[in-house]
Amino acid sequence: MSIPIPSINIGAILPEIILIATAFVIIFVELFAPKRWRLGIPIICFAGLLAGFYAVGSLWGETIFAFGESVTSDNFALFFKFIFLLGALLVTLISVDYLKREGIYHAEYFFLILLSTVGMMIMASSLDLISIFLGLEVMSIALYVLAGFNRTDPRSNEASLKYFLIGAFASGFLLYGIALLYGNFHTTNLGEIFALLSGQESLSIIGLIGIVLVLIGFFFKVAFVPFHMWVPDVYQGAPTSVTAFMSAGPKAAGFAVLLRIVIYAFNTSSPEFTNLLWIVAVVTMSVGNIVAIAQNNLKRMLAYSSIAHAGYVLVAVVAGGPVGTSAAMFYLLVYTLMNVGAFSILIVFGKRGEDNLNFSDYAGLASKYPLGALAMTLFMLSLAGIPPTAGFVGKFYVFSAAVSQGYVTLAVIGVLNSLISVYYYIRVVVVMYMSAKPAEKFYFTYSVPAIIALIIAAWGTLQLGILPERWLSLAKDSIFSFLL
Amino acid sequence: MVTAAFIIFGLAAIVSAIMVISFRNPMASAIALIVTLCSIAGLFAIMGATFVAALQVIVYAGAIMVLFLFVIMLLNLKRDEFGPEKRKIQRTLGIILGLLLVLEVGIFIQAGLGDFGPSPAGDKGSFTSITELSSLLFTKYLFAFEVTSLLLLVAIVGAVILAKKKL
Repeated sequence: MSIPIPSINIGAILPEIILIATAFVIIFVELFAPKRWRLGIPIICFAGLLAGFYAVGSLWGETIFAFGESVTSDNFALFFKFIFLLGALLVTLISVDYLKREGIYHAEYFFLILLSTVGMMIMASSLDLISIFLGLEVMSIALYVLAGFNRTDPRSNEASLKYFLIGAFASGFLLYGIALLYGNFHTTNLGEIFALLSGQESLSIIGLIGIVLVLIGFFFKVAFVPFHMWVPDVYQGAPTSVTAFMSAGPKAAGFAVLLRIVIYAFNTSSPEFTNLLWIVAVVTMSVGNIVAIAQNNLKRMLAYSSIAHAGYVLVAVVAGGPVGTSAAMFYLLVYTLMNVGAFSILIVFGKRGEDNLNFSDYAGLASKYPLGALAMTLFMLSLAGIPPTAGFVGKFYVFSAAVSQGYVTLAVIGVLNSLISVYYYIRVVVVMYMSAKPAEKFYFTYSVPAIIALIIAAWGTLQLGILPERWLSLAKDSIFSFLL
Repeated sequence: MVTAAFIIFGLAAIVSAIMVISFRNPMASAIALIVTLCSIAGLFAIMGATFVAALQVIVYAGAIMVLFLFVIMLLNLKRDEFGPEKRKIQRTLGIILGLLLVLEVGIFIQAGLGDFGPSPAGDKGSFTSITELSSLLFTKYLFAFEVTSLLLLVAIVGAVILAKKKL
């Protein structure tokens, strides 16, 4: 029996291939090269990520289908790949000296960062539920291990185990949902499901349950309320550089799939889903912001704030259409920059063992390290959404998208939440600049790569805040190529 | 007939899955999991996917469960975690079943190895045939197939990192 091989178009997955090859080089250098070469591993990782940026740039503008119809390289996927690469690049930079300080400098760390990024890329560009699931698992399994990378620290072990158990639970929901969808539509291809759906008026019960289960699986991964219970413990226990990584890329990857499923297959015009997402968005924003107020640990505070920010992005998803989708994509880009930036401040001023992460440990930081405090202020203002930072522009587009689509109540609730969040972000600034009782000692790790990462993040936060037009139009381009 | 078989296998799968999580003794849980996996193999067989059913028994109920049992034994659980002992019955039962197995194998060898040829021609084109399955793996699901290898690689590296004494 002869088997017709489908068109493979390997060029469409060039960014993934580059990162996989880099990961292999890293593991082989670790295994076979002399010991002193190990110091060059971050450089290899960095070069691979830069090559990935180049590949994304060279593919921009075309829509290519590969491996039959199961993978695509369109602008939508490429925009998200850019976000993932940016997150991975910043995290690679802040990790180098951090890992040495904590005594966990192993090549496998960079290997796992790269392959986790590949998993996200597969999620963003897959058009098939099976390969979306596999991409999710590649990403998640690498993250479980990274969360427990500080093997001698019980908190890190706890984070890894909790994340793994919850993640496996979520995968169960997702897989069951996919199975039900397959039973209903007899295909796992999103395009074919879309074609079947557009022919009929409403979904069958089985299909409905399947979609809800798939959504629940992703709600766990993106950590919407009420599926957020794991976030604070995992974010606090994991090594700080890993927390920075987890808060940026995987969240964006979850949203990439969510946007693709919501728009591509089950378009938002069906009111049931919009209502569902509406409620989840409100609850997520409110719970994230209100609980964040009560936190004294900066990492935990940022964990709850990341839940709240997922809620803001969901507002844009509810708004839907080209406006809402491009606003969501722009916000995810902005969030990656400012959030990884805030985490890199925590890394630079952290001490070995990471027990100086309370607000009081940063009291009076401005008098000793004015530049560090200034950068932290910038990131906090941006997270709070105050002009002229990128966070303001991001929130502006998200809420104006909601208003333009008629979701005024939702936008009002979002703005109120944003006001609540100002309290705990500004509290960091107040503590750093105006504290009567300065902390006894600051710990400063002089790390050139981390400072480069800080400069990139700070520059990006300002650039996107003052001149957002270019990036916003890129986000808009990617959405149009995708809807046509 | 098919419906009856479906109900039996489905019930067996659900009940034994509940037993997996309700037993305190990890050994009993593992055995219940074998029952679950075998019932699922039965469900596959009802749907005509006999090859997948066979794989389910060989790979999951066979190879992976043996690994599970090994791990549970190597973990050296304390006595009280095993629950009260009922060695005597198990030992007698073990001896009887072992002897039965030897007898069975003996009978099979005496009767000749039987027909191990390819499946009858009628199977071709259905999901049952290995050709069909593999052609799906290398055409429609080629990408997923390749990503699976990546997934296994990540899992191996991750397991080594978390478990190795000295990196």
